Formats: sequence, C-alpha cells, structure tokens
Amino acid sequence: MIETLLEIWQTARRNKLRTSLTGFAVAWGIFMLVVLLGAGNGLINAQMQNNDRYVDNSMVVFGGMTSKPYNGLKEGRAIQLEDNDLTTTQQRFRQNVDKAGAVLFANSTIAYGEDYVSSNLRGVYPVDAEINKTKLASGRFINDIDLRDRRKVLVMPENQARELLPHAPLSLLGQVVRVGDLAFTVVGIEQEDKSRMSTDVSVPFTTLQTIYNQGNHVGRIAFTFHGLATEQENEAFEQRYRATINRQHSAAPDDEDAIWIWNRFTQAMQMQKGVGIIQTALWIIGLFTLLSGIVGVSNIMLITVRERTREFGIRKAIGASPMRILHIIITESIIVTGLFGYVGMLLGICANLYMDATLGSKPIETGLFTTTVFVDPTVSLGTCLGVTLVLIIAGTVAGIMPALKAARIRPIEALRAE
Amino acid sequence: MHVLKGIDLDIQEGELVSIMGASGSGKSTLLNILGILDDYDEGEYTLDGTLIKNLSETRAAEYRNRMIGFIFQSFNLIGFKTAVENVELPLFYQGVSRRKRHQMAMDELEKMGLKDWATHYPNEMSGGQRQRVAIARALVTRPQIILADEPTGALDSKTGIEVMDLLKRLNHDEHITMIIVTHDPGVAAQTNRVIHIKDGVIEE
Repeated sequence: MIETLLEIWQTARRNKLRTSLTGFAVAWGIFMLVVLLGAGNGLINAQMQNNDRYVDNSMVVFGGMTSKPYNGLKEGRAIQLEDNDLTTTQQRFRQNVDKAGAVLFANSTIAYGEDYVSSNLRGVYPVDAEINKTKLASGRFINDIDLRDRRKVLVMPENQARELLPHAPLSLLGQVVRVGDLAFTVVGIEQEDKSRMSTDVSVPFTTLQTIYNQGNHVGRIAFTFHGLATEQENEAFEQRYRATINRQHSAAPDDEDAIWIWNRFTQAMQMQKGVGIIQTALWIIGLFTLLSGIVGVSNIMLITVRERTREFGIRKAIGASPMRILHIIITESIIVTGLFGYVGMLLGICANLYMDATLGSKPIETGLFTTTVFVDPTVSLGTCLGVTLVLIIAGTVAGIMPALKAARIRPIEALRAE
Repeated sequence: MHVLKGIDLDIQEGELVSIMGASGSGKSTLLNILGILDDYDEGEYTLDGTLIKNLSETRAAEYRNRMIGFIFQSFNLIGFKTAVENVELPLFYQGVSRRKRHQMAMDELEKMGLKDWATHYPNEMSGGQRQRVAIARALVTRPQIILADEPTGALDSKTGIEVMDLLKRLNHDEHITMIIVTHDPGVAAQTNRVIHIKDGVIEE
C-alpha cells in the first residue's frame, strides 16, 4: 500500500498544476455540498425551535361557521363553543384526552400606581401553561383553586411587568394591580420570550367568564392527548370529535367548517416530512454540484492515462498485470478525490461555523419580536461520514473509465507510441 | 495477414544470437512473440520448457516478468523515476520487499558502473548510461533470456560498441541467453549466430 502511495505521490508531484486544478473541482463540489447541508440544517433547526414552543400532543378547537344546512337550519350559522363542549371533551373522549381547558379572551388596561399597560386578558385553565410551555420567572401559574374560587389573580409576562415597574419588574409579584375597575393580585411573572412580544396576561378562566358576562361561552378549547400515534389515528379521532361537537350545535356531523381543530401533533408530523424533503433536495443539488467535479477528475485522469500510455506499456512489458495498472489508477483517483474532498469538507465546515458565529448568533430585531434565521447551521458527524463515503464512491467512479483504458493498453503499441 | 511464414528456430541456453532483417521483414513480429508481447495463430513457442500460447494478460505479464528481460532502442525508462527506482520496478511487480529490491537494484547498477548515478533521473544521464540502466533493469530479475531490440540504434558508434561489449561480456561471463534484433551488420557480426529474416522466412 505504501508503495502505491509513493507512486501516486511521485506522479502527483510531477503534475502539480493539473493535480491542484482537478482537486479544486472536487473540493469545490464538496464545499458546496457541506455548506448547502449546513445552511439547510440551520434553517430547519430555526424552524424547529419555533415549533418547540408548543407541546406536540395538543389540539386547539375553536368555533367556526356552518357550511351546510342541517336539521332544518341553514348554513352560515356562527358556532360558539360552550361549557358542555368542554365537559364532553373531558368525559366522552377520556380515552385519549389527558387534560382539557378553555381559553377566553378580553381586552383590558392594567394599572399600577401611575403606570398602565393595555393587555390582552386570557382566561385560562392550568393546562394552558403546559400546552404553551410557559416558563415562569417567579411565582406560579393559575391553579385549580384559583379556578374554583374565581380568584382575582393574574400571571403577566416580564415585559408587561417592566412597563408597570421599570426598575424591578420581578418585585411586582404579590402586588395588587388594577384590571379595569377591579383589583387583581400578581401571582406569577412569565419569563420573557423574545421571539414573540406578548401582551397576554393570564387570569383564571372562571374569573374572566364571570367578570365579562360570557355566560356559558368558553372561547377556545385546548387539550393534551395521548394514544394517537399515526396520522390515520389522529384523523379518525378528529372526525369522531368533530361529529360529536357538531351534533351538540345542531350542525352536520361531517361539517368541517363548524368547528376548527388545530392538531399540533399532525402539524409536527407534516413538518418532519417537509424537513425530510428539503434535506433530500439539498443532497441532490449538492451531489449534482459534486458531479461536475467528478467529471473533471475523470476527464483529467483520462488525459493522464493518455499521456502515460508509454509508461504503462513499459510497466506491462516488465511484468505489471492489468489488475496492477487498474488498481494504481483507481487508487490515484480515490486519493486525489478524497484528499481534496476532505479539504473542501473542512472548508465547508469552517464556512458553517462562520455562519453560525455571524447569522446564527445575531437575532433579527423586527421590533415586535426577535428571531434567528440560522440555528446551529452545521452538519452532523453522520453527514460527514456520508460525505466521505460519497467521496470514495466518486473517486472510484471517476477513475474507473480511465483505469479500464489504461489496463487495456497493449505493451507493443504503447512502446511504439512516441 | 501472415507476417511470419514458417519459422523453425531453436535457440540454446547461453547462446548469443542476432536476428537481422530489413524493416517489414517480420523481425519485430518475431521479437514480440518471443517477448510474449504478442500472441500468434499457428505453431508453438516453448520457452524454458513452457509452452507459451493463448495466455491471459495476467499470466503473460507474469511470464514476462520472470523469464524475459527487455532492452529497447529508446531505453524506455520511466522519466519520473530515478535510475535505481527504474531498476527496482520489475522486482516491485514480483512482490520483493523494499529493502531487498533496493539492495538488488544497487548491486546491478554497481555491476554496470553506475553506482554513483543511482539517484539521478534518466534525463540527467547520457545515452550510454541510460542504456546501461535499462540493461540493469533487464538483468535484475535473472531472466532466462534477454531480448534486445536495436540496443545500439540510438547510440553513437563509440557508445554502441561499449554497450555491445557489455552485452557480450554478460553472455560470456554469466551465460545469459541473448537475442539481439538489429539491422546493423556490425552488431550482428559480434554475435555467435546470425539469423537473417526476409519476408517472414528465415534464410540463414
């Protein structure tokens, strides 16, 4: 093996320019492949991070507008979800539903001393914190006792707290603030989430329902679920659920517009599928870029073989078998491709790291929220191994034609060639 | 097309033979067959008791490597290899270890008086030196026969005589069978037996 490597080193050194030009084509191909995959991963990771904000196995249901006449009622009726829909969700679908809750919305101004902010009140159940992955900076979230007693307590995001108490937002905990004309106690402060500017202030659902005279309206129903693994199971569940709720509102059981169901689980599944497609597409584009490099190597190896016809003739005359010749050409091709490919891969990884250090760490300030376009735009070890495999295959493919040509050289003709 | 038309030739071990003929006479074809560089349609060629016919390329390469040493008119050294690396090459294809083949190649070069030129490249040497490197390469595997195709053809007369003297000495001292193809009567005269070939037949 060392012998072969020395041979290759000798020939490569003899043709520095040609070897480096060939190498450049391959290095460029691999560089592009790695950068593309890295950037793709960065975009995908950023998207995933956005999605991570919600618990996957949850659904949100809200009222819509009937789209077909049913039971003597014409289409176009607005459907409002009510208390008994929530009860139905909790009891009839106990098999799959873990915790269910409702969300009601109202606008109000919250004041503390001289300062005030205008906020979006959300009447919530304790499960809301789980679904939205609410992280608290201090205090606690709305609990069942708050709900039962219709306590006048609230949980506000840190940025809202800062408006009311600019220097020490967290000390607002335990203080009494005015919500409209009523006094509420701050029991929790949410951690700031820079990716969305939140004005949502959470209060117990029952409190809001009573204060704002909502009767038995519940706004949205949100619940976590389990035991629905496949897309089909999810669809079947949604169908049953829809039929049941629709019936309670005298809407056609198969009316898809009467209520809207937002299933985050199937959404995540579709997202996964999309991610897979994007990654495949990136691989294909990258491989096509690499293909030009491979063709280049093959081409130059062909020229090399032509130039070295006489040399191969001499080698064969003094005892080199066709296999030996085949072997040396393919090895040379693999080594040239592999070596320069590795350089390309390392440069690609460097470019990815550079992207990570610049775009990846600098969030984009939109005024309303901040976001990062690239998160961790690097390729995995698995990808690097994959790329190495691609390089070896590419080298072999590039070398095979020239090698066969070289192995077929007949020594008499080669010795005569001059 | 029939190039050779009935050749009946027996060369004994240790002979120094020359084959003479004008170009197109078939002497190169004969040499290629003797050197297992080319195959033939009819007849038999036996080398050291082995019938050489319809060999696979791999077997032919192996036989060439072990039994035949080539000396060419244009030397046919590999330009990017030093003298000693050129001489080592047949041993490399025999699978001889690095150290051993370097030693053997150096010994052979020393016999040719080229020890000091071992690390030089062919283009740094004179024609006579190059041909001596080629002779060392042909001899290093201890072949049954040496086939020389116009060994003095590219050399000036003085160097040509030196090379012929060397070949004669090798034949005499080491009993190496030698077949020299030439069109130079002066060269042929120095061999023990001259075979004239004309239009594919031997006329001795």
